[in-house]
Amino acid sequence: MSQQTAMAEGGFWRDTGKTGIGAWIFSTDHKRIGLMYLYCVLGFFLVGAFLGLLIRLELMAPGPTIMTAQTYNAMFTVHGVVMIFLFIIPGIPASFGNLVLPIQLGARDVAFPRVNLFSWWLYAIGAIIVLISLFTGGGAPDTGWTFYVPFSARTTTNVSLAVFGVFVLGFSSILTGINFITTIHRMRAPGMTWTRIPLFAWSLYATAWVQVLATPIIAITLLLVVTERILGLGLFDPTRGGDPVMYQHMFWIYSHPAVYIMILPGMGVISDIIPVFSRKPIFGYKMIAFSSLAIAAAGSAVWGHHMYTSGMSDLGVLVFSFLTFIVAIPSAIKVFNWVSTMYKGSISLEAPMLFALSFILLFSIGGLSGLILGAASTDIHVHDTHFVVGHFHYVMFGGTGFAFFAAAHYWLPKYFGRRYKEKPAIVGWVFMFIGFNILYFTMQVLGMEGMPRRYYDYLPEFARLNFVATVGSWILLTGVAIVVWNLWRGLFTGEPFTGNPWGGASLEWSIPTPPPTENFEEDPVVTHGPYDFKGVGVP
Amino acid sequence: MSHLEKDSFGAKLGMWLFLFTEMLLFGGVFILYSVYLTRYPKEFGLGGHQLDLVYGATNTVVLLSSSLLAAMSVTAIKTGAKKLTLGLLSGTVGCAFIFLGIKYLEWSAKFHHGIYPNAPKLIAGPPGESIFFSLYYLTTGLHGIHVIVGAVLMSWTAVMVHKERINVTDNVTLENVTLYWHLVDLVWIFIFPLYYLIL
Repeated sequence: MSQQTAMAEGGFWRDTGKTGIGAWIFSTDHKRIGLMYLYCVLGFFLVGAFLGLLIRLELMAPGPTIMTAQTYNAMFTVHGVVMIFLFIIPGIPASFGNLVLPIQLGARDVAFPRVNLFSWWLYAIGAIIVLISLFTGGGAPDTGWTFYVPFSARTTTNVSLAVFGVFVLGFSSILTGINFITTIHRMRAPGMTWTRIPLFAWSLYATAWVQVLATPIIAITLLLVVTERILGLGLFDPTRGGDPVMYQHMFWIYSHPAVYIMILPGMGVISDIIPVFSRKPIFGYKMIAFSSLAIAAAGSAVWGHHMYTSGMSDLGVLVFSFLTFIVAIPSAIKVFNWVSTMYKGSISLEAPMLFALSFILLFSIGGLSGLILGAASTDIHVHDTHFVVGHFHYVMFGGTGFAFFAAAHYWLPKYFGRRYKEKPAIVGWVFMFIGFNILYFTMQVLGMEGMPRRYYDYLPEFARLNFVATVGSWILLTGVAIVVWNLWRGLFTGEPFTGNPWGGASLEWSIPTPPPTENFEEDPVVTHGPYDFKGVGVP
Repeated sequence: MSHLEKDSFGAKLGMWLFLFTEMLLFGGVFILYSVYLTRYPKEFGLGGHQLDLVYGATNTVVLLSSSLLAAMSVTAIKTGAKKLTLGLLSGTVGCAFIFLGIKYLEWSAKFHHGIYPNAPKLIAGPPGESIFFSLYYLTTGLHGIHVIVGAVLMSWTAVMVHKERINVTDNVTLENVTLYWHLVDLVWIFIFPLYYLIL
């Protein structure tokens, strides 16, 4: 491939016995696996974003605009499935986790390199199954990404296959989690105590536990949907004595903790970037590390807040509402600590930092609107409206999505040996940031005014704001296109990137660029913390 | 820690984490069981009486014996007794086949009596009974799949022992497969009283 010859100074790109695609898809090198994940998740992100654009186009004006109601149902389902299971859950942990984690720990690879490759294969196979399900059987699933019974048990669309694909993806997620936990416990370099682990690695540790402990529940829940459809077990069918609300409980026991699989790694990225670009040690290292674990733990006990309107007992609603508010505490600790880190810092506003800063703002808006949903009284008003859609896009796209691009601008030059152009990166960021807020803030207002989510058509009074939101989606996607194009072009043909231009103090900046296959010539001995910038060259 | 030396502690740690996920997988079914038991205690009791206690008890003994044989094989390989290890592993796989055979007899007898998922007899009966048998088939079916996977893993391990890829010094793979087999046994130890012995 011409890509490889374009890569500056070899490193792990060159050093291989095999050639061609086999050197990648059969490689157990964590860096190659990380890059393969990266290409896949980025591809699916663009597919999902395109579907999102189509959804917004349909909602641009009342009545049928560009598609039928059935297509619209399939469209938001596929958008959700692709974005959740193929982009945002594996997004940062599987791609950047694989690229960065072993090097940050001073290891030559993850604990189980072959299992790691197997995880990627499972991811690829699961993704292919999901894609096949869109075009075969009764057509693309139209249930929403939550696959709620009883509709998912009855619809004639291809739900069984899609659900099975997600099951395989879950397996991949579990194996990645097991691998990371074992790696962090067993593979740290001498001197790398628990309080010298970079915060990105800490966040991956918390994430991995959630992956390991929550994913099996969705595995069994999805199996139940399949058996319900194929064998007619009737476990969720009220006419047969089953209870559909049980499905919602089991689904959200996984899927709410999964929200933290999505956001925790993003928080880790931000915790690594903010101190480097502020030239200051992170404020409250231990609290940030601890709050990751606290979020993972508390976030596992709040699933019921998705079901306030489903007929839970009042006591249940009260308890889940209380627990939901508790999750806000560790999240707020992180936000305050990032802001405190910047205080009196020497801030340099380069692309990774801009994405990191916008992460803090957008995540805060998303988190605070989450409190409105967490309080049962206000949730009853905005439940299943566009307010919810706006809220979770603020957290997932404004949070994790922006963190993903922050990580891409921060770490990828290290692995490619080349860097993107700074100006287009900033222009793209400006478009993304403005378009994002126009799109999703408008959605929140729409929800407050009562526009339900997932509806194909709406009342004329919502027309103006829907038009505004659709225009926002164009600006946002223009920004995404500029950013992705600039990254892609820059990483393959851009200026050489050598040494430690950002001035990072964690281990990945101490090795050659791009890293050699074995990462370290000899196993490093860690003598200082990851945010101890004394003696690290200022760029 | 360099990757060049084999980290058997790490391998066991990974296996234990995986076993946790398996427990949680079955945990999902047991949650459903507990909720529906509270809702339909009478029907669950009646359903339990229709299951064959002899088949269930025999299978419990078979699985417990197989776990004993598997555990002994780990001790055997650590003393370097290759032949003994192979014999014990074959015994384990043999028990797995006996278990599956009895399960087959049991299921076909039930099918013969018109008790199977979505059967007209169950749909006509009280809702709780249908739920009980749905859960019964789901849980034992899922467990059966795990027995098959375990038997395949055991056979593969036996081949590795035969080729001496698993030997007196490097035997963490055998230990991990045995741990998996103990999990299969453990899950059955919960299934047996919950479905067969329920009053």
